[in-house]
Amino acid sequence: MSHPGTTTDYAIETEGITKHFGDLVAVDRIDLNARIGTVLGVLGPNGAGKTTLVRMLATLSQPTAGTARVGGYDIVRDAPEVRSLIGLTGQFAGIDELLTGEENLRFIGRLLGMPTRDAKARARELLAQFNLSDAADKAAKAYSGGMRRRLDLAASLVGRPRILFLDEPTTGLDPRARGELWELVRGLVADGTTVLLTTQYLEEADQLAHEIAVIDHGKVIATGTPTQLKAKIGGQTLRIQPEDHGRLDDLRALVTERFPDLDPVVSAGAVTIGVNDDGIMPGLAAELRDRGIALTDFHLGLSSLDEVFLTLTGHRTEADTDTDQTEEAAR
Amino acid sequence: MTAATIEAPALGRPGFGATVSQILSMAWRQMVRIKHNPFELVDLSLSPIMFLLLFVYVFGGQMAGSTADYLQYVLGGLIAQNAIFLTMYTGTGINADLRKGVYDRFRSLPIARSAPLAGKIFADMFKQVWSILIMVGLGLLMGFELRSIGYAVLATVVLVVFALAISWVSVLMGVVADSEEKVQIYAFVIIMPLTFTSSAFVDINTMPGFMQAWAKVNPVTHLADAMRGLLSAGPIAEPLMWTFAWAAVILAVTAPLAMRAYRRKMV
Repeated sequence: MSHPGTTTDYAIETEGITKHFGDLVAVDRIDLNARIGTVLGVLGPNGAGKTTLVRMLATLSQPTAGTARVGGYDIVRDAPEVRSLIGLTGQFAGIDELLTGEENLRFIGRLLGMPTRDAKARARELLAQFNLSDAADKAAKAYSGGMRRRLDLAASLVGRPRILFLDEPTTGLDPRARGELWELVRGLVADGTTVLLTTQYLEEADQLAHEIAVIDHGKVIATGTPTQLKAKIGGQTLRIQPEDHGRLDDLRALVTERFPDLDPVVSAGAVTIGVNDDGIMPGLAAELRDRGIALTDFHLGLSSLDEVFLTLTGHRTEADTDTDQTEEAAR
Repeated sequence: MTAATIEAPALGRPGFGATVSQILSMAWRQMVRIKHNPFELVDLSLSPIMFLLLFVYVFGGQMAGSTADYLQYVLGGLIAQNAIFLTMYTGTGINADLRKGVYDRFRSLPIARSAPLAGKIFADMFKQVWSILIMVGLGLLMGFELRSIGYAVLATVVLVVFALAISWVSVLMGVVADSEEKVQIYAFVIIMPLTFTSSAFVDINTMPGFMQAWAKVNPVTHLADAMRGLLSAGPIAEPLMWTFAWAAVILAVTAPLAMRAYRRKMV
């Protein structure tokens, strides 16, 4: 039995972790740290390399280069110890749809070596905690999307993991189911679990994560606390569209002049800027009127992931779908 | 600064006892699946019953002059055919688990790497035993004369050993194919002609020369002959030897291929 190489404050540490699938570089020299007891949000579009990163950290796949430690254990050399510390909830629920919710959880408990009675008790306890007691004896295939995700999350918690990997846990869920899952994750973190959460939703990372790493094309392109990131990219996005397309450059020049530290982006016939303070709007509106720039759109919205990416990388996220398929095919 | 470490529970690297218990848990899951899926029970019980009744009471008179004589001949062959068809479910089950992320969950747990596959194959051997019991039981009701109980037990053991070996063909298909349906189609296209071009249902001496040449080496012929010898009448030693030889060859070729394909899938 090996011991952790170093004692550390971090539950998850990666150093230059890299994964190639043939010519595709899915994860490119990523350095990340997650403090014990915190939530690290990994934010990125489809195909950014989030799932590949999680699969490596959860010992399902080996890095092409670089190293990572989970709970102080090397993910390659000490993979069995890593597995005894982690829980994984993937994008595709790893539950048996023919089995009932209770049987699914009892099965994992038995696999982990619990005596039948303990496995049953643990299953009941998790079902209650995840508000699934009423559906305990129904086959999982009869569960709604939100119930399935909750059951899947419960299944990853049977062995009381200290470190939890949640790979896009709310993708495809309606807002209510999403909110319920967030509450469950908050509860786990309050009990001291370290969570690595991947998501496509800025709001989700903002709600749950202590630290966020934004990744794109396998690389970390920004890191920080949600507040720091929002300061950098603007928590909200102001979209200004001139009536006359020819005034777009004037508009951009004006915005740059007024807000030198914000980086306006021109796309789809409009200028968008990330802003933190909606107090700038009246002044800006007045100035635009004075310069005779008539507008068809002038509105403030919460930054979408797309806008975050536009701000950070200057490109939109659509182009990434192809990469995603290649990555899927490579697996 | 307090240096904190997370203590890994000792179950990280399972020993022999833990591995056996994990394999049993995996097999338990398969048994519970049968409970929840009546179609699987139909496949396991109804289709052998149907085949036996149809073959004996429809073809029997023409094939052997009397249904009683044909029952005595064909039961061993039908058991062999049914066993080979049953192995298909090993592959379809593994395929579904791989695609639905169930294996990802298993592989993230501190359990033996071999437990998921071993548990699945182990459970499938129970299904083999169940099917042979059903077929011999129904055969006896229809008037089948068993050579001896001891030989019948031996026949069950031989069947399970052979099925274990050819399960690996199914595992290979399950790992490689991208859908359960494809596994079923591959399996059907191989199993159907394989079982019919053997001594399972007819005396191969009635076949044309080229077909006889193939039927004589067909592994199903040897398995069917071994079943017939052990359950009814006829030579035992020679078909048994060939059955084990085929099982060894099939295992030696397909198990490494299946494991390689599995590891490739797990990058």
